Amino acid sequence: MVCENCGKKQATVHLTEIINGKMSELHLCDTCAQEKGASMKQHFSLADLLAGLTDVGMAGATSQETPVCPNCGLSYADFKKVGRLGCSECYEAFRESLAPLLKRIHGSTRHVGRMPERSGKTTEKGNQFQDLAKRLEHAIATEEYEEAARLRDEMRKMETAERRVKDRPKKEEA
Amino acid sequence: MKLDDLVHEVSEWLKGSGPDPDIVISSRVRLARNIQSSPFVHWANRRKGKSILSKLEEAVGAIPHMKSALFLRIDELTETDKQFLLERHLISHEHAQGGGFRGVAISDREVISIMLNEEDHLRIQVLQSGFNLSEAWRLASSVDRELEQRLELAYSPSWGYLTACPTNTGTGLRASVMVHLPCLMMTKQIGKVLQALNKLSLAARGLFGEGTEAAGNFFQFSNQVTLGQSEEDIIDNLERVIRQIIDHEKEARKVLLGQNKEKLFDQIWRSYGTLRNSYIINSQETINLMSLVRLGVDMGIVSNIDRKVVNELFILTQPAHLQKLEGKDLTPQERDVKRAELIRGKLNHEGRK
Repeated sequence: MVCENCGKKQATVHLTEIINGKMSELHLCDTCAQEKGASMKQHFSLADLLAGLTDVGMAGATSQETPVCPNCGLSYADFKKVGRLGCSECYEAFRESLAPLLKRIHGSTRHVGRMPERSGKTTEKGNQFQDLAKRLEHAIATEEYEEAARLRDEMRKMETAERRVKDRPKKEEA
Repeated sequence: MKLDDLVHEVSEWLKGSGPDPDIVISSRVRLARNIQSSPFVHWANRRKGKSILSKLEEAVGAIPHMKSALFLRIDELTETDKQFLLERHLISHEHAQGGGFRGVAISDREVISIMLNEEDHLRIQVLQSGFNLSEAWRLASSVDRELEQRLELAYSPSWGYLTACPTNTGTGLRASVMVHLPCLMMTKQIGKVLQALNKLSLAARGLFGEGTEAAGNFFQFSNQVTLGQSEEDIIDNLERVIRQIIDHEKEARKVLLGQNKEKLFDQIWRSYGTLRNSYIINSQETINLMSLVRLGVDMGIVSNIDRKVVNELFILTQPAHLQKLEGKDLTPQERDVKRAELIRGKLNHEGRK
């Protein structure tokens, strides 16, 4: 098979894209694949796709106001550029913007899976937290908004307490 | 164990065993985990990246599951070695190409591989032969439990495991199944399957993961959503969908056999004949012909070849594997000759049985 781009060299790279269930193929030689690869990567970069989504969370904010993670120094603008966070603390630093983004990606902002077992305490607290989360979901479903607000506040309180405990040991420098 | 020894071993996932081996090649579970507060590899400076890698190596080396594991540092490998690990599904494209301090730990029989300082600090991967997601999950989950004894993992009660990319936040779990669907392709039903998957937020990819071709009628299906669903639910959903796809493929095989047996036999045996008699063959042609021979083996039409040999050929005929077998770098033209020689040898040997 010859390269579909230059029509000269033998095609050694074969790309298949699946978009909306439709498959398209591209057969290229080494040289053209490298050139195309560069432009395709840019075209389909996750960072770009995320940037498209992240704008939702940033409504009203200007570039000067972009928050910076106090732990690793990555700014929200950096995140939009590279599509990756700098460290786990970024989740806290960009909480306001990340919540709507996670909702867009996963359709949810509530973890219901496993949690680390490393200490009995964490598990207990985690269970309590997930229990509250379930009750909150139920309250929203049954339109008991006052109860929902109360549960939400309780969960926030737990998270703040959790954070304080985590912050106590010496923080690792970025 | 050394890297060079791997070329003579058959990875566990290629054994051609496990449930539904006639349609499902392998099942994979991947967990993304990070050390609390430490910068991810793309954001870490050299000094920090290096110290994180040492910390990860120490922790991984100390867990029971990885006692006798092979530890490799990516920057110490040749291009061929990196490609070789990629072909065996032991590391990702990003890991092979990205710079900085990256490593990988590979367990016995290549069942567990843990990428260190990939996009996330830890990418625990378990590969199983056949349709066996539950066993892959069980293993990955126990490796995870062993690691959390030694490392402070980044976790938030509301958002779960925190990852470098928000697309993995929550469970950090990606479950995927590699399936061979030649008859859904022949009967042109694959489009419908892919559309349905899309609606269920499942992803479809080619043989070698992200951004690769769906050559030889091989597909990898995986979950996209990692937040708001438990690990068991994610795996259960994927299993149910794959189960249906398997049934459709089986049905299509039956229909093709009933409608035009001669045509099917002709396609399969001609592919077999070409592979057994070629002196120059590229990887694209190889995979397409091997797909049909595999179908013949799976349907009991070609009975003198073991499925394991077919699976093995898929990997051994890849560029880096050919070069490792030959012990030197080969040009694409040289590879095509070497590939044909290897296939002739294996198939003629099997054919005499």
